[in-house]
Amino acid sequence: MPLARAERLAIVRAMIVELGHFALVLALMLATIQTVVPLVGAHKGWGSWMASADATATAQFLLLAFSFGALTYAFVVSDFSLLLVVQNSHTLKPMLYKVSGVWGNHEGSMLLWVLILTLFGAMVSWFGANLPPTLKARVLAVQAAVTVAFMIFILFTSNPFTRLAVPPFDGEDLNPLLQDPGLAFHPPFLYLGYVGLSTSFSFAVAALIEGRVDAAWGRWVRPWTLAAWVFLTIGIALGSWWAYYELGWGGFWFWDPVENASFMPWLIAAALLHSAIVVEKREALKAWTILLAILAFGFSLIGAFIVRSGVLTSVHAFANDPERGVYLLAITGIFMGGALMLFAARAGVMEAKGIFSTLSRESALVANNILLAVSAFVVFVGTMWPLVAELLFDRKLSVGPPFFNMAFTPFMILLGVLLPLGAMLAWKRGRLGGNMRILWGVAALAVASGLLLWAIQTGRSAFGPVGLALSVWLVVGSAADLAARTGRGPVMQRLGRLTRLPRADWGKAVSHAGLGFTMFGISMLMAYQYEEIRVAQVGETFPVGAYEITLADVQEVQGPNYLSTMAWMQVKKDGREIAVLTPEKRVYPVAGMPTTEAAIDNGVTRDVYVVIGDPQAAGGYAVRIYIKPFANWIWLGAIVMALGGALSLSDRRFRVAAGAARRAPADGVPAE
Amino acid sequence: MIRALLLSLVLLAAGPALAVQPDEILDDPVLEERARDISAGLRCLVCRNESIDESNADLARDLRLLVRERLVAGDSDAEVIDFLVARYGEYVLLSPPATGSTLLLWWAGPIMLLLAGGIGAAYIRSRRTAPEPAAGLSPDEEARLKDLLKDG
Repeated sequence: MPLARAERLAIVRAMIVELGHFALVLALMLATIQTVVPLVGAHKGWGSWMASADATATAQFLLLAFSFGALTYAFVVSDFSLLLVVQNSHTLKPMLYKVSGVWGNHEGSMLLWVLILTLFGAMVSWFGANLPPTLKARVLAVQAAVTVAFMIFILFTSNPFTRLAVPPFDGEDLNPLLQDPGLAFHPPFLYLGYVGLSTSFSFAVAALIEGRVDAAWGRWVRPWTLAAWVFLTIGIALGSWWAYYELGWGGFWFWDPVENASFMPWLIAAALLHSAIVVEKREALKAWTILLAILAFGFSLIGAFIVRSGVLTSVHAFANDPERGVYLLAITGIFMGGALMLFAARAGVMEAKGIFSTLSRESALVANNILLAVSAFVVFVGTMWPLVAELLFDRKLSVGPPFFNMAFTPFMILLGVLLPLGAMLAWKRGRLGGNMRILWGVAALAVASGLLLWAIQTGRSAFGPVGLALSVWLVVGSAADLAARTGRGPVMQRLGRLTRLPRADWGKAVSHAGLGFTMFGISMLMAYQYEEIRVAQVGETFPVGAYEITLADVQEVQGPNYLSTMAWMQVKKDGREIAVLTPEKRVYPVAGMPTTEAAIDNGVTRDVYVVIGDPQAAGGYAVRIYIKPFANWIWLGAIVMALGGALSLSDRRFRVAAGAARRAPADGVPAE
Repeated sequence: MIRALLLSLVLLAAGPALAVQPDEILDDPVLEERARDISAGLRCLVCRNESIDESNADLARDLRLLVRERLVAGDSDAEVIDFLVARYGEYVLLSPPATGSTLLLWWAGPIMLLLAGGIGAAYIRSRRTAPEPAAGLSPDEEARLKDLLKDG
């Protein structure tokens, strides 16, 4: 008897999901082979064994892409025979959030994590034609080993393809806080960053096995680190921006363990991409760079452990699966322990070549690395301390924002002060005269603007003036760096040279300026935010700083999968209307929870940020209005930093056969 | 993203209220500002890493009111904080006091900076004098060069 159309469709659906599950298992087998075969090949010098990694790396990626596609398909068609879809989706949910629901949970996000792992593995294979065959084979083998560990983790503790015997009619909906465009794209970027660092790790371990690190290695590892860092920057910025507008009071960074988990790899990756320059240009800092490459991914793993084990968030029962935590801790322990042991055994053979004087770019980059690494260490200690204090000293402590603000900020200030100086120092032997005299002017400008702000501000806090001075120093200092690179001569000639500067130089100046923008935004927001909390009657007008706000109306509105209490607030300045804002309070009946949707009038110099609260017993509504000066500069700066990284990534020397000419034996540092 | 899940749990437990409510605010702006500053450093005990100033939880509201009560009664900032620590333990402080084992936490950064700075300085010094093998000549080559020059 022929099957009805609906039945055929149901079978196809079931097949797609099962094939996705099967593809994941198949990819695990391929990854296991790829862990062993290329490594043996590289050891014995068997070309075909080494080359097999190319095929398996590409195949793994295609299988994972299919597997991830199958899970996405299950979410899109709301296949409620999958437990994961039931727990995180709903037929009424908008399509964007059906798709983002795939990674809005533990199991699906782990599958995305592994998909990206295999993507980076495949990219090493695709773009690594100029790598020495043994190094490439070893890199791919290490990458595969990491992939194996995570695939086993998924299949045995967090399988996204778990079926339900009796499918319900509808799902439990995705957490409403996650139904937001900013957050839909936050995890993929973050994972591209976290997991991208696995490639730097694989390069480091492969180099240790190989026993040689030379300038070419520095050049090969840098683009991967840079790419990972760019994605991590965007991912962190998206998360921070989301927190700013979604959580209802405009905080942008909470020093929460989960945020710190993403910030530590970012700091270490920033240190790594600076020290890799020293390896590439000067063949110094080799052992340290290898160590950073290991630690950067190590912090990604620790981050995954912190986020998913729930060990630091035990107050709330989330992700409270000890099995997962133990397994992730084991993965971290095995890969970090193994890599560090290899490092201890082999680091000695990586002697530095380049000599340089105390006052040189090399020394400045050493200082950069010390400050970034120590600040990451401070974040790490602060994040883990409540656990340490409870286990070792039997003290139940909190380590929160006031600690981090005080313990972390000095390092960033110091970094900012040194940055323009270090960026302009010459390699080998620098001197403070010559080109660098221009920085005297920049410093004078920075101090003058800080003093001016100090004079006109009403409060007594030094935070604003110091922040402004530092930002001017960084931004104008970056411009001065570019200007100095054009040499001497008529203005037109120098402008011409400016356009012909390598993209890496532009990338450097742009991302350093971006850091200045971010510091500016943070210091202005923290020093000069203005807040008004009050009860407002419908129709009432009240002043907030230089603005006049009218609560024009409040109404109930029905959304696609929520109910909303929406307010219309008119914002006026000098009698002129500049915006009508509609803050909301939403209730998502399926998930059974309320959210606060702030409304923001974005501006270059300030955000007007309004929130509607509860109706009051005596009539009217509680409202909060914030004037947040220069808030957008925080994320603008992050985007500029990422843009600088991307510019640097597109530099010619990474595109042409990187290091091919430098692979001459004389340039290498043999192990034996 | 995971943070969002956790925060949502907090919100779920707490209900839809805003953090500081209009009816909590003291008439005296100086006292109110002190109350806000103190609140920002106190942990909402049932929340995850949130201060009572930003939290929506009922307990946080109780603590905010308590802080204001003590301030109105004439307590100094330190007295208010001591009162809360006596009641809830040092867990309530978001910035742990630098006493006993916690000194280690506060000094971890500076000590590490000194250590790393020392190692870094030693490394830079060593690079100043180390021979550059790629560019320089080995002793053998040096000797041969001398011979050649002598012969010439």
